[in-house]
Amino acid sequence: MSTVKLTVNGKAVAVDVEDRTLLVQLLRDHLNLTGTHVGCDTSQCGACVVHMDGKAVKSCTMLAGQADGASITTIEGIAKGDELHPMQAAFRDNHGLQCGYCTPGMIMSAIDIVHRYGGQLDEATVRAELEGNICRCTGYHNIVKAVLDAAGRMKVSQAAE
Amino acid sequence: MGVEGIGARVVRKEDKRFITGKGRYVDDIKLMGMTHAHFIRSPHAHAKVKKIDSSAALKMPGVVAVLTGQQIVDDKVGNLICGWAITSKDGSPMKMGAWPAMAPETVRFVGQAVAVVIAESKNLARDAAEAVVVDYEELPAVADVHAAIKSGAPQLHPEAPGNQVYDWVIGDEGATDAAFAKAANVVKLDVTNNRLAPNAMEPRAAIADYDAAEEHFTLYTTSQNPHVARLVLSAFYNIAPEHKLRVIAPDVGGGFGSKIFIYPEEMVALWASKKVGRPVKWTGDRTEAFLTDAHGRDHVTHAEMAFDANNKITGFKVKTYANFGAYMSLFSSSVPTYLYATLLSGQYNIPAIHAEVIGVYTNTTPVDAYRGAGRPEASYLIERLMETAARQLKVDPAELRRTNFITQFPHQTPVIMAYDTGDFNASLDAAMKAIDYAGFPARKAQAKSQGKLRGIGVSCYIEACGIAPSKAVGSLGAGVGLWESAEVRVNPVGTIEILTGSHSHGQGHETTFCQLVAERLGVPVSQVSIVHGDTDKVQFGMGTYGSRSAAVGLTAILKAMEKMESKAKKIAAHALEASEADIVIENGEFKVTGTDKAIALPMVALAAYTAHNLPDGMEPGLKESAFYDPTNFTFPAGTYICEVEVDPGTGKTSFVNFVAADDFGRLINPMIVEGQVHGGLVQGIGQALLEHAIYDANGQPVTASFMDYAMPRADDVPSFNLSHTTTLCPGNPLGIKGCGEAGAIGASAAVINAITDAIGKNNLEMPATPDRVWRTIHAA
Repeated sequence: MSTVKLTVNGKAVAVDVEDRTLLVQLLRDHLNLTGTHVGCDTSQCGACVVHMDGKAVKSCTMLAGQADGASITTIEGIAKGDELHPMQAAFRDNHGLQCGYCTPGMIMSAIDIVHRYGGQLDEATVRAELEGNICRCTGYHNIVKAVLDAAGRMKVSQAAE
Repeated sequence: MGVEGIGARVVRKEDKRFITGKGRYVDDIKLMGMTHAHFIRSPHAHAKVKKIDSSAALKMPGVVAVLTGQQIVDDKVGNLICGWAITSKDGSPMKMGAWPAMAPETVRFVGQAVAVVIAESKNLARDAAEAVVVDYEELPAVADVHAAIKSGAPQLHPEAPGNQVYDWVIGDEGATDAAFAKAANVVKLDVTNNRLAPNAMEPRAAIADYDAAEEHFTLYTTSQNPHVARLVLSAFYNIAPEHKLRVIAPDVGGGFGSKIFIYPEEMVALWASKKVGRPVKWTGDRTEAFLTDAHGRDHVTHAEMAFDANNKITGFKVKTYANFGAYMSLFSSSVPTYLYATLLSGQYNIPAIHAEVIGVYTNTTPVDAYRGAGRPEASYLIERLMETAARQLKVDPAELRRTNFITQFPHQTPVIMAYDTGDFNASLDAAMKAIDYAGFPARKAQAKSQGKLRGIGVSCYIEACGIAPSKAVGSLGAGVGLWESAEVRVNPVGTIEILTGSHSHGQGHETTFCQLVAERLGVPVSQVSIVHGDTDKVQFGMGTYGSRSAAVGLTAILKAMEKMESKAKKIAAHALEASEADIVIENGEFKVTGTDKAIALPMVALAAYTAHNLPDGMEPGLKESAFYDPTNFTFPAGTYICEVEVDPGTGKTSFVNFVAADDFGRLINPMIVEGQVHGGLVQGIGQALLEHAIYDANGQPVTASFMDYAMPRADDVPSFNLSHTTTLCPGNPLGIKGCGEAGAIGASAAVINAITDAIGKNNLEMPATPDRVWRTIHAA
């Protein structure tokens, strides 16, 4: 057992876990943050994507101990109170989700994509960048629309800040 | 149409919880004292289980129990059932081998469970499973249908000699042979419909909780039909009587058919919970999903079509071998028979059809309904054959279809189905216009000048949805009725709860079903909530599959609404001292038509519950229920056309354009309908280009992870150009046909027709991987 100290959605936490515990297990099983999902066991589907120090990571593919000292943001931590993150709002407004299972990972990956490209995105880039996230419901059409829509909204909201 | 009524693009009510991480799926649920199950599964496709030694595992930390197949048989938990009886052409019933929840003696596919470890945590259960020693005696195995029916092939079940489940026929063989005898042209085609893994993104999971004092079970499970699960668990698997078993299907992360069935893991979790006296949770991993979720498709077919001198179809002969895997899953028997061969007329006038379907056991994962279930196989066969015929007869493929379209309705096909309405020319015209079919030759020439092979492919699909009229399916062997139930509860403050037997696992019922209420009462959808997925809340229901929730489930809600409205009008008329016939409902008010007298819905509801001043003899309360049994199937139909470009150097296919023109009857929420089509199209494209659940000759699965099985990803597929042509379904009062499966049914033929058009060779099997396309281009 080890104690992992990290910041999750802005709150400092210290969790005693078995050394083999994955970051996603720490989030789901120890902190009850069940918005982060597990859809495969080979780092392929992206349902488990969270942000570590501002960058998208697959939380099923790293040990909790590797996140010691890091700042983790999950799907539960991106809205400001009742105000949705622009990416969340864009997924809702563009019907970018159906069963909702891949959605948290999609949203977390998509935010990272918009950040990395400074909002300068086109359809082909979004499709290529979503390579690590699988959705079985939407056929991606509306997810791509949502990400492009959110890229615009995020630019506007950044400009406003 | 109001702003939130029928036809409005209302943003989904359920989305907030999903986009904020507050969805509640089975694996998100924790119960006090919960234990964790890990299954020990056969690594062999066919073997005798000689001995299971769990002594070392039982000594490991945190291990609560190790339970085996023999114990579950000893405790008289029932074998898994197949719920649709099919009769062979010789009059004999289908031949089925027993399927125990865990194998006591013989395993017949890789992944079949032989034992389960129950421990304090998932990791401890996995650790202990490593220490359970199972002594297998390997037996010869067979994975391919043709190999399985050869004499001398390994035999799976003594009950099914030759590995044959049934040899079933439909249609008029004599009339069909006569048509072929007179044919001007005969077109022949052999096709394989590749085996697919459904891969809902949420792996299956179950939590069973036995209450010893009440002798009562609660099961949280990933189900598309919790009431059917309770019925089967109770009536056939001897878990508990129905009033002692509550089944809850909370948020479910996709189904596509694979979560219709009641699986061994749910049975074992319930049984084990009683045995260990604590809640038992099992969550599958992705490889378990590949090994144990019922697969889809896997047909091998030879077909011949007869044409007269005017290119009119005169006869159609089909022989299909359907691979069922190692056991007959819940509705498996119906998929290649009544869900497949009854659609073989497609959109065409075909005077004579004869089909023979041979169901075969192999040492592979059981096969059952997957999005479309039989109808994609039928549509793919017909539309590949139409394209082949156009090439052979040297006519335009769209024109050949037009020549043969059914244009008069109702139309009785030679294979049971009576199409009620449709306009196949309208959807073909719409799709051809959308893709600029006329301009294709110029685009092909342009692409050729750049060294690329351009192709265009048409697919005109029809499906039978709104499953299904109970009497009709009963006469064909179904073990259940396929009606739906609904209850409308108006609360004393005027808010409304709709209880439905339909189950949403992505379809958006929490929004679309509210839109019907908004349409009829003029109240905002925020005042309405949908209750589903819990057998303690909803009395009964048949669940969601076969594109049935709007056509059948929503119609049941409509029927309950009409009853509720009738009573509410009586209350309103009494309060307003008016005639009931003069009451109209608008904007949430009951009005006396032609006057300014009105009473708001909350006041009517309150009057119903205070009961201080109700019409004489009226019962208090405002709650009505209805069961709706459809009178016919519905027949969604449409045309998909795709244009592709193939790189002859690599064999890689790229999409230039993909258009869809669908006739779904009335649309409740076009935004949600479009989403259903997008998803279905990508599953069809996935089958055509990428997906294939492959077994080696010995029954070893070689595609049991996302590393090996090519799921469609965002950059594998295009954006889509959708449109709708509408003929209202006359079979239900809302005119709805259903939209959930169309994309998966129609897309794959459009893709393969386009690629074969591009490369100028007709024979190409799915999935058309770059390797396969390149070899086909360069084959002598």
